[in-house]
Amino acid sequence: MSGPQFRLPADTLPDGRIDREAPLGFSFNGESFTGYAGDTLASALLAYGAFPLARSFKYHRPRGIFGAGAEEPNALVQLETGGYSQPNLRATQIELYGGLSAASVNAWPSVDFDLMRVNDWLSPIFPSGFYYKTFMGAGVGAGRWWRLFEPFIRRAAGFGRAPTAPDPDRYERMNAHCDVLVVGAGPAGLSAALAAANRGGRVILVDDQTEPGGDLLAGDRRIDDAPAMDWVAAALERLGAAPDATVLARTAVAGLYDDNFATAVESVGDRFGPGAPDHLPRLRLWRIRARQIVLATGAHERPYAFANNDTPGTMLGNAIRHYAGRYAVVPGRQALLGTDNDSAYRTALLLARAGIPVTLADARETPPSALADAARQAGVDVEAGCAISAVLGDRRVRGAKIGRVLPDGEISGALRPVEADLVGVSGGWNPALHLASHRGARPVWNEAQTCFVPDDLTALGLRTAGAVTGAGSLADCLEQGYAAGRDAARAAGRTKRTRKPDLKTDDGAAGAPIRPLWAVTGRQPGSRRGKAFVDLQNDVTVKDVALAARENYRSVEHLKRYTTLGMGTDQGKTANVIGLALMGVETGRSPEAVGTTTFRPPYTPVPFGALAGRDRGALFDPVRETPMFDWHAANGAVFEDVGQWKRPYAYRRDGESLEAAIGREVRAVRNAAGVMDASTLGKIDLKGPDVVTLLNRVYTNDWETLKVGRARYGLMCHEDGMIFDDGVTARLADDHYVMTTTTGNAVTVLNWLEMWLQTEWPELRVFATSVTEAWATATVAGPEARRLVSGLDSDIDWSDDAFPHMAVRTGTVLGAPARVFRVSFSGEASWEINVPAHCGPALWQALIDGGATPYGTEAMHVLRAEKGFIIVGQETDGTVTPHDLGMGWAVSKRKDFIGKRSWSRPDTARPDRKHLVGLLPLDSGTVLPEGGQIVADPEQEPPVTMLGHVTSSYKSPSLDGSFALALLKNGRNRMGDTVHVLRLDEGADAARVVAPAFYDKDGGRMRG
Amino acid sequence: MLLIRCPYCGLRDESEFSYGGEADIARPLEPETLTDAEWADYVFLRTNTKGRFREQWVHAHGCGRWFTLVRDTVTHAHGETGVFGGVEPEADG
Repeated sequence: MSGPQFRLPADTLPDGRIDREAPLGFSFNGESFTGYAGDTLASALLAYGAFPLARSFKYHRPRGIFGAGAEEPNALVQLETGGYSQPNLRATQIELYGGLSAASVNAWPSVDFDLMRVNDWLSPIFPSGFYYKTFMGAGVGAGRWWRLFEPFIRRAAGFGRAPTAPDPDRYERMNAHCDVLVVGAGPAGLSAALAAANRGGRVILVDDQTEPGGDLLAGDRRIDDAPAMDWVAAALERLGAAPDATVLARTAVAGLYDDNFATAVESVGDRFGPGAPDHLPRLRLWRIRARQIVLATGAHERPYAFANNDTPGTMLGNAIRHYAGRYAVVPGRQALLGTDNDSAYRTALLLARAGIPVTLADARETPPSALADAARQAGVDVEAGCAISAVLGDRRVRGAKIGRVLPDGEISGALRPVEADLVGVSGGWNPALHLASHRGARPVWNEAQTCFVPDDLTALGLRTAGAVTGAGSLADCLEQGYAAGRDAARAAGRTKRTRKPDLKTDDGAAGAPIRPLWAVTGRQPGSRRGKAFVDLQNDVTVKDVALAARENYRSVEHLKRYTTLGMGTDQGKTANVIGLALMGVETGRSPEAVGTTTFRPPYTPVPFGALAGRDRGALFDPVRETPMFDWHAANGAVFEDVGQWKRPYAYRRDGESLEAAIGREVRAVRNAAGVMDASTLGKIDLKGPDVVTLLNRVYTNDWETLKVGRARYGLMCHEDGMIFDDGVTARLADDHYVMTTTTGNAVTVLNWLEMWLQTEWPELRVFATSVTEAWATATVAGPEARRLVSGLDSDIDWSDDAFPHMAVRTGTVLGAPARVFRVSFSGEASWEINVPAHCGPALWQALIDGGATPYGTEAMHVLRAEKGFIIVGQETDGTVTPHDLGMGWAVSKRKDFIGKRSWSRPDTARPDRKHLVGLLPLDSGTVLPEGGQIVADPEQEPPVTMLGHVTSSYKSPSLDGSFALALLKNGRNRMGDTVHVLRLDEGADAARVVAPAFYDKDGGRMRG
Repeated sequence: MLLIRCPYCGLRDESEFSYGGEADIARPLEPETLTDAEWADYVFLRTNTKGRFREQWVHAHGCGRWFTLVRDTVTHAHGETGVFGGVEPEADG
């Protein structure tokens, strides 16, 4: 690549916003370049010429930079490499930093020689809807063809690549509140922010550019007979001096939501690249709640379509103005501008000042004389009534043809060649109404400006000002901005009076109305490559829109989906309006009648990292550890996650397999004594005179008869009659109970109680308080357990008479206040000792020193399953009633409670529902797969009749064989039958249906 | 994201609240006297209102209190709140 020959010499134009004293080296596709501080990647590349730097999505045609900001459809790049890499960033929005490295996307093997260009030459067989017609149609084998070709098609399409390494960066989140949020810091936005700040409001002004100014950054406008950027500097100074105004540059609002909530992404470390200082986050996600919002988001210029309008060197007219004025870059030696409105004249004058010969084709028969005269005086060749018909050249503009254009876009008469290597096109302006659309604004067609503008959203606290309203003159932008800022501050309660500034602008004499031109058609240079593009990012042509109309995809929603118009990452910022206007032309409707699709957040793509913020890795979710966690970790515990809790799954000794550890732990509980950390069980303190009434209503069994000092097991159902939690509740005093819940449901159950207490039974005098974390719980179980707890320093009488099964005692253990429940989930005599959390480690150590074997959750699962005790969420799944589990003993017939009535509904009352049963595999060495489907006949032709599934399945050290629990259709009436459980891969295992209890069926061990 | 006025705490972000569905669904006092259809209506069926809708919310990450709120299901405009079974609180914001 030769030097930056398209950077204007320093004295050509005022230098704009670049700093020639600060050169920055960077690389693109492996080649070295130099730009300046203040450049974007796009402007720095354009200084080397308008060469191809991308390949188009479908046809892989060479593409160059087309716009200057968020509207850019072509110049998508992959920024940097490795974990830092980001795909599909717009080169026009990447601020240049030293050492930047970027590459083209969607080109293989390279942007200069792209094999997929074959798609372009084969394009007659790739019309809109090609994939649907060929692969998705009803034709025989269409689906098979799709499967065959999909990998090829997926590779040929698509843009950048997702990074393959973890993101090394930090992202952060900021919450902010303000009276007035102003989006866009052009003349209207600055004016609005000043007005609101002057009223004393708390103001946040955000803008996605590197610095405020908006259109004024082009440097060719004047306010009060001075460069307009002087006014911008003064405005920023006044905002800086205001008591509570924040100006956020490099910050793009991504979405607007209910009640004026906005999300915005600020580039912080990002703009320094991978070498950013460590203390900076890469991006900062702002979550702004504003009382009022002013949208001064400006407008995007739209092109009109003509043959080969995608050739590198073809750009939006106003983008050329910005590159010239802001970055001192004109990527051509001779320019042709095509326009149907006044705005191209400023571009023409600026180029003329830079010494570039300009031809200006104005589609209007009579261009406004003041503008045309000024242009001609500056040496511009103004061609009235003419439009661009075609661009010549393939990888670079080599010339163009213009001709006289009829109102429908047809060219009449001979075409005239124009020498040019830079083509600018101005087809009018599309207000950037995306954010208003997020809040539900309906786009309204403004016939005079031929554009959609947002309707009035003042009632939602949302105002618009400037070009987003269709305003064209600088004076209107300033005036509307002031009014919107003032009114917004007033609506936010800021009533300080302000004086409207009186500013003189350089708008000049009144111009002439736009003559809307959507596409120039007719005599195109006979090349088969004379495509005229509507949507450059998704390769949608004028012909594609016509095809959609012919095939009756006329609704704007169908047009979008059939042609993919506007479905790219740019959401069709330059394409949508032309596309729907052309659809209108094809179908005899106005653009208003065709309508637009809805814009949804985000306005520009937001990296996932910004959304995730710090919520990743260790900070993704809180981790809860019990007071005894350190002991577990130091003694071989393998942890499992139960909700947010870390629970020991098993304790491995040196050289021991996990399976062996589980077997050893089970045998220790059955033959001696084990101790388990049960601190994670939910514990809810219930106090008040009406607790028993509450318990009677939320549990299925009876609580009137529970005496102080006793505990009872209960099942909770939802109103549909299905179990959702179980646990033991103990009565500590007349009006004081403590309820335990499953580990995972602790919060859910408390919320459930609160909902009923507050919304349905406010007359019940009950306080429900979570005390889960306040207590550490050690469960001691086994034939040796009594001997072990009796050895603890305690005032509790542990004898069977004084402390029988299902009793609760309070006292002291090791000098700490303790609550002890004699309950059993293992089937052995068992005591759950609760002490204040900080005393947990001491209690645990004392039990270990006394000879208890620590056991984990898996041993607990085996022990309880041998007894046929259920686990909510394992034996139940929200479709299971107590009767299904054979737990009718836990249901009271004498009272009403939540869920009871549902059991007499026909489906719940059926005798052949799925019942909890036990399964014994015929081969006692086979452990049936949990979740395995149960069938009567594994050889049955599909569809196979499913009878239920295995819920729990273990190898039992106590039973000398494997066993399982299962939910089986009509199971209680199948006792002794043989059923088959399908393996997860293939085959099935036979098993005999038995009662769901395998060990100590009369419960003598836990009582004794 | 809505800005919801908790009757006890004042204006707070929607993220502090949990949704509790349609308000004014009273639990039948004598469920056993209801037909299956009447019971199913209470348990399973809710109106799918287009427009103003009275619903229950709980200030889950705040004061923990349940209250009612009228919300327009089309526009998300929301208005009067109500409390359950007690005296109207004095909201501070």
